[in-house]
Amino acid sequence: MNDVTSQAADATASSVLNSRVPEGPIEDLWDNYQASMKLVAPANRRKHTVIVVGTGLAGGSAAATLGEMGYNVLNFCISDSPRRAHSIAAQGGINAAKNYRNDGDSIYRLFYDTVKGGDFRSREANVYRLAQLSNNIIDQCVSQGVPFAREYGGTLANRSFGGVQVERTFYARGQTGQQLLLGAYSALMRQVDAGTVTMHAHHEMLDLVVVDGQARGIVARDLNTGEIRTFAADAVVLCTGGYSPVFFLSTNAVNCNATASWRCYKRGAHFANPCYTQIHPTCIPQAGDYQSKLTLMSESLRNDGRVWVPRNADETRPPAQIPEEDRLYYLEETYPGFGNLVPRDIASRAAKQVCDRGLGVGTSGFAVYLDFEEAIQRLGRDTVAGRYGNLFDMYHEITAEDPYSSPMRIYPAPHYTMGGLWVDYDLMSTVPGLFVAGEANFSDHGANRLGASALMQGLADGYFVVPATVSNYIADTKPAAVTTAAPEFAAAESGIRDDVKKLLSIKGKRTVRELWWELGRIMWDNVGMARNASGLEAAISEIQGLREEFWKDVNVPGTPDEWNKMLETAARVADFMELGEVMARDALERRESCGGHFRDESQSAEGEAQRNDADFQHVSAWEYKGPDSAPTMHKEPLHFDHVKPGTRSYK
Amino acid sequence: MASNAITVKLLIWRQSGPTAAGQLVPFTLENVLPEMSFLEMLDLLNEKLVREGTDPVAIDSDCREGICGTCGLVINGIAHGPNSGAATCEVRMRSFRDGETIVIEPFRAASFPVIKDLVVDRAAFDRIMAAGGYVSINTGSAPEANAIPVQRASAETAMDAASCIGCAACVAACPNASASLFTSAKISQYALLPQGRTEAGRRVVRMVEAMDAEGFGNCSNHGECEAVCPKEISIFNIGRMRREYLKAVL
Ligand SMILES: Cc1cc2nc3c(=O)[nH]c(=O)nc-3n(C[C@H](O)[C@H](O)[C@H](O)COP(=O)(O)OP(=O)(O)OC[C@H]3O[C@@H](n4cnc5c(N)ncnc54)[C@H](O)[C@@H]3O)c2cc1C
Repeated sequence: MNDVTSQAADATASSVLNSRVPEGPIEDLWDNYQASMKLVAPANRRKHTVIVVGTGLAGGSAAATLGEMGYNVLNFCISDSPRRAHSIAAQGGINAAKNYRNDGDSIYRLFYDTVKGGDFRSREANVYRLAQLSNNIIDQCVSQGVPFAREYGGTLANRSFGGVQVERTFYARGQTGQQLLLGAYSALMRQVDAGTVTMHAHHEMLDLVVVDGQARGIVARDLNTGEIRTFAADAVVLCTGGYSPVFFLSTNAVNCNATASWRCYKRGAHFANPCYTQIHPTCIPQAGDYQSKLTLMSESLRNDGRVWVPRNADETRPPAQIPEEDRLYYLEETYPGFGNLVPRDIASRAAKQVCDRGLGVGTSGFAVYLDFEEAIQRLGRDTVAGRYGNLFDMYHEITAEDPYSSPMRIYPAPHYTMGGLWVDYDLMSTVPGLFVAGEANFSDHGANRLGASALMQGLADGYFVVPATVSNYIADTKPAAVTTAAPEFAAAESGIRDDVKKLLSIKGKRTVRELWWELGRIMWDNVGMARNASGLEAAISEIQGLREEFWKDVNVPGTPDEWNKMLETAARVADFMELGEVMARDALERRESCGGHFRDESQSAEGEAQRNDADFQHVSAWEYKGPDSAPTMHKEPLHFDHVKPGTRSYK
Repeated sequence: MASNAITVKLLIWRQSGPTAAGQLVPFTLENVLPEMSFLEMLDLLNEKLVREGTDPVAIDSDCREGICGTCGLVINGIAHGPNSGAATCEVRMRSFRDGETIVIEPFRAASFPVIKDLVVDRAAFDRIMAAGGYVSINTGSAPEANAIPVQRASAETAMDAASCIGCAACVAACPNASASLFTSAKISQYALLPQGRTEAGRRVVRMVEAMDAEGFGNCSNHGECEAVCPKEISIFNIGRMRREYLKAVL
């Protein structure tokens, strides 16, 4: 067993991070490792408190499982009920290597697709474990009563998602995230009833408390009353989701934020690959400045919908009157192997390219058609309605247009962040005792996530990985008794009180939303779908200027001791303003294109992303160096012993 | 300013805290675009209030696409407003006329204390779920997924019930403030699936007791709940809950 404290010392002393992947054949790593783990005896588990922050797929499943094992779990979320975590909004489905369709799927193929889909920027051992656990997840969720779609014979149904040539996606209509989350929530509520989990809803974690180099608790604000409290534990599991709203407009729920991760970063947890963001190809295009979010149209639509733009930039006819020969089905033409189901990064970039060439549609010219005419002819309206009815309704509701009779208009939008806190094979960060799961960690998706794999990862982390590794950590390190009376708690708490006071005292002229909107514009223009050195440098200085303006001129109304949404949001935006800069720095430093990170300077003659494996086959993990210094970058070299890095081809 | 913009007169429930008295307060809001969502209209109002130095109206929302169940307003007397099968965040301003007065109130019920203005505390729903809204299966002990075949029709009906977003519009709309539609949707989901049958009796008894203990009223078949439900959960579920209850106690 490795020594946890010396590992942390290594991480800061040298610039190479140790992922602590056990030795052995990849197929047996996880099993062998689990067999070697230290255990906490059942009767002793209730003496150990574990804090789980977040109740999405990762947090809900981790808290429930740790509770089932007998730990004393404190679970936190910012929504009024754990059931409302952002995972609820996932639509399309969850992958697993069950091979129920007998189409050649296997654990190895899911592993291979995920490593390739991530453009060879993920850790093989973690991805292999993810593929193995995918099957256990489906078993678990079915047993919980998750009403997955079924065939007439009573077995589970599957469909396909982008970037793969098998049908391995399990789904519950267009509400897969909702049903999986309600499954995890039901398991969680069972533990609340059993007394093992104490739920703190409407509580926002605002700081991590580190005692003797180990994560030992958190500071949280009760969002109903404004009360600030501290909580102590033997380990902290962060499952607080992704940071797409750094772009202001994204497909994420409006409360998604980076605050918990960012505060942990400032307490010593390295932030990995912050620039890896996923811009999802099929979203309803932006309509105006008043918008608060963009709506995703599930990727599953690309199973039957065909993406096209008019061939001529001066086209004026309505889409239905444009004959076949004047339509450019650019994905089908350029990528005949995968057609409309190419991975997201490729589909998004292709949409941007045709729009930049002036072929885009709609009033803004920043949209492409997603057309179901052929599918309706082939399958009939009823079948199409059965598959996508709720998505069509949603589109109709928002745009007042009927996608059964004219094609949808779609455009890419920020959707998912592959970057996040750096974790080792145990999903432990560089702060011992701080574990990170779900979208909040830098995850298994490399530089691009394939559809239907975030739900899989969140649940693999939460149901299976974290409960085992946290137990092992507690058994191995035997954490000393610490209570909130330790001085580190009071210090952290008073720091947070000061922050709150400061935000409320500025009383400037700019609203929080305005400043956030401006940050989003800088990020989208310079750190969005295509990036280059001069744009990134400009972004860094613009963000610094905006941050200064924020702290001088923000207007946060109200008082600290009440429900105060603007105060909550202000603190999150302040963190986004720091994170945005580190994202730009990371993008600048990574002088290659890979997955969702596209550098204009690094492309092939056909405009495809060009990786530079010689110089950039590593994870970049940023270490906080204080408010007045630039962060430093550490590397975790990546090794590919099973999937040979090649040029990702979907042609 | 866009030519199709409208002006709306808002009458909004304001209440500074759980024990304070509340009242409807008038606001006038210009430059409202028909394509704005109802919540974007309220964002616009709050931006204006902050600039004017007035305390913004407290509302809660999250996904803004009708699935998280966070937002919930009574708009002109109807929970979630004028569109059927839609949550508050899915309502668009094209549903309102220029100059129209819009009355906005929280989801009221004795079991949902007001936190501030339009935000209420629905923790009672979580407590009902904790009383039995689950299948007792520990992580790691599940059989192979296809070892439990489920008739497609049962799976679909279970899914209809499972679509509930827990927003509490059913309670807000019910003259008795009954939580029957919410509770029965969960009971139905499990009652329809083989996985849920084993503990069906214990579940229904405990959840119904919890519902009563939280102070929700009884169902007397008004059907208002079904009419406002953003997920169009059927009132048949309440019938199924009653049958399950009788099966369990008789
Ligand atoms: C519209 C949409 C559709 C999607 N569809 C799919 C799909 O079909 N398939 C797929 O695989 N993936 C999909 N994804 C991605 C996937 O939903 C997410 O990546 C995943 O659900 C994240 O889960 P999580 O548990 O990591 O975080 P979340 O579900 O975001 O949960 C975060 C939790 O942390 C809490 N929290 C955050 N900050 C704090 C704090 N400071 N203090 C306390 N609590 C805090 C929140 O309250 C919440 O409970 C989709 C995403 C979107 C936006």
